[in-house]
Amino acid sequence: MTQLISLIQAAVAFGTVILFGAVGEILAEKSGNLNLGVPGVMYLGGIAGLVAAFFYERSAANPNGLVALLVTFGACFLAAMIGGLIYAVLTITLRANQNVTGLTLTIFGGGVANLFGGTLNKMAGGVGQISVALTSSAFRTTMPYLSTETGAIGKIFFSYGFLAYLAVLVAVFVSWFINRTSVGLNLRAVGENPATADAAGINVTKYKYVATCVGAGISGFGGLYYTIDYIKGTWSTDGSIEGLGWLAVALVIFATWKPTRAIWGAYLFGALFWLYYYIPGLTRSSQELFKMLPYAVTIAVLIFVSLRHKKEDQPPTSLGLAYFREER
Amino acid sequence: MSVDKVREPFVRISKRASIELWRSWLFRAAALFASLVVCGVIIFALTGLNPVRVYAAMFSGAFGTVKRSWVTIRDLMMLLCISVGLAPAFKMRFWNIGAEGQILAGGIVSAALMIYAGNSIPLVPLLMLMFLASAAAGAVWGLIPGVFKAVWNANETLFTLMMNYIAIQVTSYFVALWENPYGSNTVGVINQLSKGGWFPAIFGQMYLLNVIIVLALTILMYLYLRYSKQGYEIAVVGESENTARYAAINVRKVVIRTMLISGAICGVAGFIAVAGAGHTISTSTAGGKGFVAIIVAWLSKFNTLVMVLISGLLVFLDKGAVQIASQFDLNDFVSEMITGIILFFILGSEFFINFKVRFRGRIKEAGK
Repeated sequence: MTQLISLIQAAVAFGTVILFGAVGEILAEKSGNLNLGVPGVMYLGGIAGLVAAFFYERSAANPNGLVALLVTFGACFLAAMIGGLIYAVLTITLRANQNVTGLTLTIFGGGVANLFGGTLNKMAGGVGQISVALTSSAFRTTMPYLSTETGAIGKIFFSYGFLAYLAVLVAVFVSWFINRTSVGLNLRAVGENPATADAAGINVTKYKYVATCVGAGISGFGGLYYTIDYIKGTWSTDGSIEGLGWLAVALVIFATWKPTRAIWGAYLFGALFWLYYYIPGLTRSSQELFKMLPYAVTIAVLIFVSLRHKKEDQPPTSLGLAYFREER
Repeated sequence: MSVDKVREPFVRISKRASIELWRSWLFRAAALFASLVVCGVIIFALTGLNPVRVYAAMFSGAFGTVKRSWVTIRDLMMLLCISVGLAPAFKMRFWNIGAEGQILAGGIVSAALMIYAGNSIPLVPLLMLMFLASAAAGAVWGLIPGVFKAVWNANETLFTLMMNYIAIQVTSYFVALWENPYGSNTVGVINQLSKGGWFPAIFGQMYLLNVIIVLALTILMYLYLRYSKQGYEIAVVGESENTARYAAINVRKVVIRTMLISGAICGVAGFIAVAGAGHTISTSTAGGKGFVAIIVAWLSKFNTLVMVLISGLLVFLDKGAVQIASQFDLNDFVSEMITGIILFFILGSEFFINFKVRFRGRIKEAGK
């Protein structure tokens, strides 16, 4: 029982990272932009939040948890949006190839983040010495009473920092937005067929820009949750965020572009990822094969979706294509 | 008058029908120059160092000594080999993001042969066997998404991406299985004493065989894409699948065949990485080069000879940045940042090559 609870806790924490990444990416992909820069954007968000927290705690005379939280939060969102903006300018205005631009953004984001992360480690006096205890604990504050006094239910539902709940809220909100609001429906029209949307008087460029940048900002929170909460406010240059970013891209496919499906998909991925830890008698080499599960499941979904060819499960029709009005 | 109220847009863009070669390269050179200026400003802001000195240090990092030059060439050949492998797939507009996985598949097979047969089979037949086996492994890794794309139209970008991670976990499995010494979680240098399965030195140069294999592949691929019937079919499928069908080209067959070739060459890249460079296998054997090679293949418009130039530029930047990192006390990742910035600029410059930009005032004059 305790094992099961701890697996669920690990799955939710892990799932939160990729849920942010995936929901942001769904928003961008709904506008027709396949942003393969998600890992880069998550890197940018993660490092910006960490740097902001580090310097705030260092410089402020009387650091306050709430202020630290807001500063960190804002820095993360801004940095991730800038990453999205670079991608947007190149692919929307300059009509560069989306796949190549996205991969470049991933290289760039990883480079910037690890450059600053490494420097930060050095400034703090070594790997694992970065101290953002105040900010980290602000992010990791769990609900009083509910998380401690309610036993198993408290552990399963209330033992996480606020970002874990925010991720679910954002996913539900994005789902409502793209399915129930006229602006959201316009956005989907842009992603399905920009020429038709354009003819209907929708400003295609504006929609694509806003969706890509806000989507990147949301994805960035995945990086923030990872650095500040998941690994408790440190930085390691082992490329783990990149792997998580690709898993977020995988989750978008798994969820067939539906944010609400991404919620349980994220926790399922988390459970699959950590499953090896809870299966007794595995050798270290066979553990590695278990970690393959989330990717194998994604491939299975990909195959299943293309075999069944159901209309609601397909990617946006113009996904990956630049829009140029004068092109026939 | 309502006509006056219609404002002309400030800029108008139109697609160019064609562009002179010198002009397109002028745009690219301008982009490269601009990106170096931006990187210079960033380096100055971060470190306060004179950027010109930094670039000089980069040059010395890549070509400062004979040994460094050969390492630069070795890495250039590795990147070139992967880009050459990706060229046919991309020309077909098949987004093979899975080079990383195909490299690892080839690498695992090569390492396995080195470990289990390295000291029992003579070197030349062993190397040939490794070559064929790694090509076959890479081909299988490319074939799987290829078949699903050809037959059921499964999205290849995402499929190949997932195959990378499957390959990474398979590699981790074998690393744990073969680890040496026990508990280190690395395979270590394979056959360090017997050098079984290592590329032999030719004319005293350790990496000359890498150069020979990769350049041969580069030229063959150039000829294949340019002058063979199959290369033509790839181009037609890439331009328009409907046209290809109308011309009685079997699209499924072309897709599957091309992915076999693409995967096989990436598998060979894994063979070169294991037998000709690292003499070991790890999850970082591919090390992101499969992604960088995508950018190389795209920017060179699938012309394998241009790939030599672009991969040369990127490897030079990488080596140079590692040098400045150690010389000026930054960390290695500065190279990825610089690479990213330069690629952003080159990607942006493609716009000015493909499109014509006219400003408001000048259109009026032209109208009169």
